[in-house]
Amino acid sequence: MNMLQENNWLLSVGTFLPMVGVVLMMLMPKAQDQSVKLVALVTSIATLAVGIYTAFKFDFNQAEKMQFVANEKWISVIKSSYFIGVDGISLPLYLLSMVITLLVVIYSLDHVPSPGKPKAFFSLLLVLQTGMAGTFIAQDLILFFVFFELVLLPMFFMIGVWGGEQRQYASIKFFLYTMFGSALMLIAFLALFFKTGAESFSIPYLIENGGSIAKNVQIWIFAGMFVGFAVKVPMFPFHTWLPDAHTQAPTQGSVILAAILLKLGTYGFVRIALPILPIAAREWAPYIGGLAVIGIIYGALGCLAQTDMKRLIAFSSVAHMGFVMLGISTLTSFGINAAMFGMVAHGLITGMLFFVAGSVKERYHTLEISKLGGMLTQMPHLGWIFGFCTMASLGLPGLAGFWGEFPAILSAYSPAAGLNESVFRVFMVIAALGTVLAAAYLLWLYQRIAFGTPKNAAHDGHSNHDELHDVTVYEWVAWTPLLIAILVLGIVPNLLFKVLDPAVQVTLSAFGG
Amino acid sequence: MNLFASESEVLAPLMSGWFLEHAWLIPVVPAIAFALIILVGKRLPMKGSELGVLSMFSSLVLAAGAGYQWIQRTNSATEEQFVEPVIKSWSWWQSGGFNFGIGQHIDGLSVLVLIVVAFISTLVQIYSLEYLRGDRRYTHFFAALTLFSGGMLTMVLADNMILFLLGWEIMGLCSFMLIGHWWEDDANSKAALKAFFTVRTGDAGLLVGITMLYFSANDWTQEHLGVSGFSIRGISAWALSGEPNSTVITIAAVALFIACIGKSGQFPLHTWLPDAMAGPTPVSSLLHSSTMVVAGVYLVARLYPVFFVGLDILGSGGNLIMVIGAITIVISAALAFVQNDIKRVLAYSTVSQLGYMMLGLGAGAWMPAVFHIFTHAFFKACLFLGAGSISHSASHHSFDMKRDMGGLRKVMPITFVTWIISTLALCGVFPFSGFFSKDEIIDNVGHNGYTNFMIIGLIGAFMTAAYMTRATYLTFFGEPRGASAGQMVHDSHDLHDTHATHDTHATHVADDSHDSGEAHGPHESGLLITVPLMILSVLALGSGFLNATPFGESWERMKLWVEPRHSEFAPELHHAPFMWSKASLSLVIVFAGIAVSWLISSRLFTKRDPRLVGLTQRVKLLGLGHKFLVNKYYLDALYEKVIVRSIAYPIASAAYWFNQNILDGILHGLANSTRKLSGWVYKNIDQRVVDGTVNNSATFTKSVGAAAQPTQSGKVSQYGALLFSAAAVAALVLVIINT
Repeated sequence: MNMLQENNWLLSVGTFLPMVGVVLMMLMPKAQDQSVKLVALVTSIATLAVGIYTAFKFDFNQAEKMQFVANEKWISVIKSSYFIGVDGISLPLYLLSMVITLLVVIYSLDHVPSPGKPKAFFSLLLVLQTGMAGTFIAQDLILFFVFFELVLLPMFFMIGVWGGEQRQYASIKFFLYTMFGSALMLIAFLALFFKTGAESFSIPYLIENGGSIAKNVQIWIFAGMFVGFAVKVPMFPFHTWLPDAHTQAPTQGSVILAAILLKLGTYGFVRIALPILPIAAREWAPYIGGLAVIGIIYGALGCLAQTDMKRLIAFSSVAHMGFVMLGISTLTSFGINAAMFGMVAHGLITGMLFFVAGSVKERYHTLEISKLGGMLTQMPHLGWIFGFCTMASLGLPGLAGFWGEFPAILSAYSPAAGLNESVFRVFMVIAALGTVLAAAYLLWLYQRIAFGTPKNAAHDGHSNHDELHDVTVYEWVAWTPLLIAILVLGIVPNLLFKVLDPAVQVTLSAFGG
Repeated sequence: MNLFASESEVLAPLMSGWFLEHAWLIPVVPAIAFALIILVGKRLPMKGSELGVLSMFSSLVLAAGAGYQWIQRTNSATEEQFVEPVIKSWSWWQSGGFNFGIGQHIDGLSVLVLIVVAFISTLVQIYSLEYLRGDRRYTHFFAALTLFSGGMLTMVLADNMILFLLGWEIMGLCSFMLIGHWWEDDANSKAALKAFFTVRTGDAGLLVGITMLYFSANDWTQEHLGVSGFSIRGISAWALSGEPNSTVITIAAVALFIACIGKSGQFPLHTWLPDAMAGPTPVSSLLHSSTMVVAGVYLVARLYPVFFVGLDILGSGGNLIMVIGAITIVISAALAFVQNDIKRVLAYSTVSQLGYMMLGLGAGAWMPAVFHIFTHAFFKACLFLGAGSISHSASHHSFDMKRDMGGLRKVMPITFVTWIISTLALCGVFPFSGFFSKDEIIDNVGHNGYTNFMIIGLIGAFMTAAYMTRATYLTFFGEPRGASAGQMVHDSHDLHDTHATHDTHATHVADDSHDSGEAHGPHESGLLITVPLMILSVLALGSGFLNATPFGESWERMKLWVEPRHSEFAPELHHAPFMWSKASLSLVIVFAGIAVSWLISSRLFTKRDPRLVGLTQRVKLLGLGHKFLVNKYYLDALYEKVIVRSIAYPIASAAYWFNQNILDGILHGLANSTRKLSGWVYKNIDQRVVDGTVNNSATFTKSVGAAAQPTQSGKVSQYGALLFSAAAVAALVLVIINT
């Protein structure tokens, strides 16, 4: 594989810069909340600046190549190295994680969730950012695994400390479930290592040599990775940690969870599982596709049954990630492009929806759909933003969501050679029906929350009309970039496809196209 | 440009021009206007409405220019020559070897519909200046209306199915926003939801159809035309090439037609359209009668070769399109008889007329069906705006004909005359425009051998004449009732029944302000309302002469301009020769409908003839029929109470129950048993066995230790170090939290 090594310090700086902020915050006295916030803000701005500079230096004409590659000795005893780089697949997600973290930090300046402790909260946010960015740049399986696990802890504490009433249950469920998947994934990684001659954990090396592993061994190794990644995505039936984690997590946690963490799983499929184990991937593809469409319908039905706004949005992630996995399961570059686009779009849109849910909770002190209503009357801006995100989420053409959804459906009509066409065509029709259900639960949600006349039942007893203020400055600053991105990617999808396409083509070269 | 193309040349160079080449600007103008209205509309003197009207007028000028140049283009071609559409395409995005384009496909059909859409949009926006004056969401209303026009114009001139889909869905969004414009009312927001959701159900078919066509046609179109399988021109040529697998093209055509059923309110998905009347009247007039709802018809006309081949149009015995169209004509016309709400009468009439268009397309009467899109837009928009004029100025925002109207011909002369002209056009009376289009459809259906369907068409014509006469009688004749009689009821809420309260709230406030000083009695509307009515009624009367078949070939201008000839992109169709004998039969039927309905209406509603009053209570069979109609064939009940309710409640709940109890149950069970197992292991193995063993047998321990040595010292110890560092991070975090 061709690699470009210029500016190879960029990725390390971009990834570990947040840790500098963490250290600075550590050194500060506890009481200085304002300076803690300032450090967090400056650090995340600086991180994004490095990210943007990286994108600026990125050679888009060679998006299929690993760029800014650094390969240093690390744990030589297990032949694992500090091997990093980005290509067209990882760059958008790498940048997305930086953008989302910055926006979450901006939002948090004004909204540190109870029980406060901004120092710890912002430190965790920044640690999380290092873990996420690191996962997207790692080109070594052990390095990948370390970053993958590093993400887990801050999120565990974020849910467990700043979460809702059932935070204990949700955080432990989240942690154990993901750990369970990670354990199987690690076993799979080790098996892969030994089966390829115990030479290296480097992903390019494994891609070169993984294909020669015997078919039935591949299938078992793939199974281990499948569980590890499927829990993270999450795919049906490994999704049950998600609604609890989302519902209990603070707004910031939900946003990051939806926008970035879920993508670690799908990214793992595209970066690791498919190219290294092409034969097994072909065997597994129909089952992945099947679980994906079950997830689409099942997630939608789950949404229809919800009475809590945030839980509904959480379930909608199951349905949306189903479209992403359907695209991946076709093993075509078109399908995987759609999946990658869908990942970014889902990150923007669902992240935005969780922001809105957080603001609703803050203002109305409830997320019970039956107690909400008339949002458009009381807070027209918030209502319109919510409507915009709803429309984007249900896949309206011209907004980002559509370009993940429709191409995924399209790709299922004609999966890669060797896959059963009629099975995938059935998946296609089911997925198309899933778009109808998506319209149903999202519009129904919108109708109940935004339309009608305000129900002030939740406010009986205390006159807190002041609390029902419309979108605040902090919220505007945090949200506007997301809203613009949803619109711009919807109108000019090529911004993303152009970057993804060459890298995806290379990734899929093991499948002959 | 070649200005002297003569007929002697075999292949005359086709004329083109700036407007044809730049037709893509037509939807771009309203799209920009929409963005401007959203951004700065509220700060403008007319709150953004000026941008809307201006952009629609610009689009109309551009569309008219394109129309003029298209006519020149067809005139520059010889009789035997195919008039090439003006196609332009740019690359939008690429992915995995797929190339998605964006571009325009300008031919007679698209130019015709572009002009209609731009024209009606302009008039409706002008009308809305007055009708919605003072509305609390005036700016939003114009923004949504402008975006709608942008979306529809995009769809009409799209050169490929992805762009088509884009326009199609934007219209759906605007329809949702505009039906729910006064969303404080539960009924309005429900209607909006129902409309979007029903149409979206059909849209699943569109997604499937586009996908199937792409993958089936792409190889052929790339090879023969160098365009992708999304291209409308490519798909059309492919469909007629004899290449397609008949099963695939049939399934694709059916899938696409399902989308048309949803969008164009055909049976059995028509139920959303009457409820959509909850939107402001200009919306009903623009979206839900003259333009948006013909999108489904337009799709069939646009991709006609696909339907022609896939559904075997002109084959013996009829096809899906004809059957759906014919059922729709009759069942919706029947429903129009039991409505008291004037807008609902018109809504069912729209559904029925869309059925005629579908019937025509299904029977191979492409040109008459397309011509009916054209004429219907004018007279139906005029009727809706007339109904709005009545409610605005005479019936105090009520649409209830029985309670609040009657005898209005004297106080609203302009509205009355325009209404009568449009009604006659709708009924198909010579020489009003509907005659030239609707009668042609019926005639050609018969000519192509579908006698039974022709009879259904004639029955529909009778019913149309009858229900329109009933509505006209109730509105304009007889004695004034309720609000029209000047009975001012201060609390208007008591006056209206639930489904007629649409236009009350918002305009109410407005009306009180601008009507202050005037008597609140019925009066004629202002010029901003009556001028659009007059313009539309002139067209309702005159537009039929653009394709006046009775006067011979030289009058069939529209056919010359719009119908593709000698094209490999359209099937060859034949036209029924016009015969006065057949036309007079349908005219007799129409007049019979008018006469019978007039007699019954006057006896029933004015003279209160005891033989007719309460007939449905006395005759059981009639009573049952009436009840069946009032309940809309129980289709709404089936959809809402049975299908939607079962998915939304029991099925969704069951899925969720499965989630909470089975999936999580397994998880909790696993967790519990692991905990128990570990307790047991600790108690029995660790404490008894291992400890015992360790204590008793040092040699065993040693050998175990020896066996474990190689792994421990190797890779596993590294992993141990990793786990340790993870634990260290965890400890660090705990320290941070607890400081």
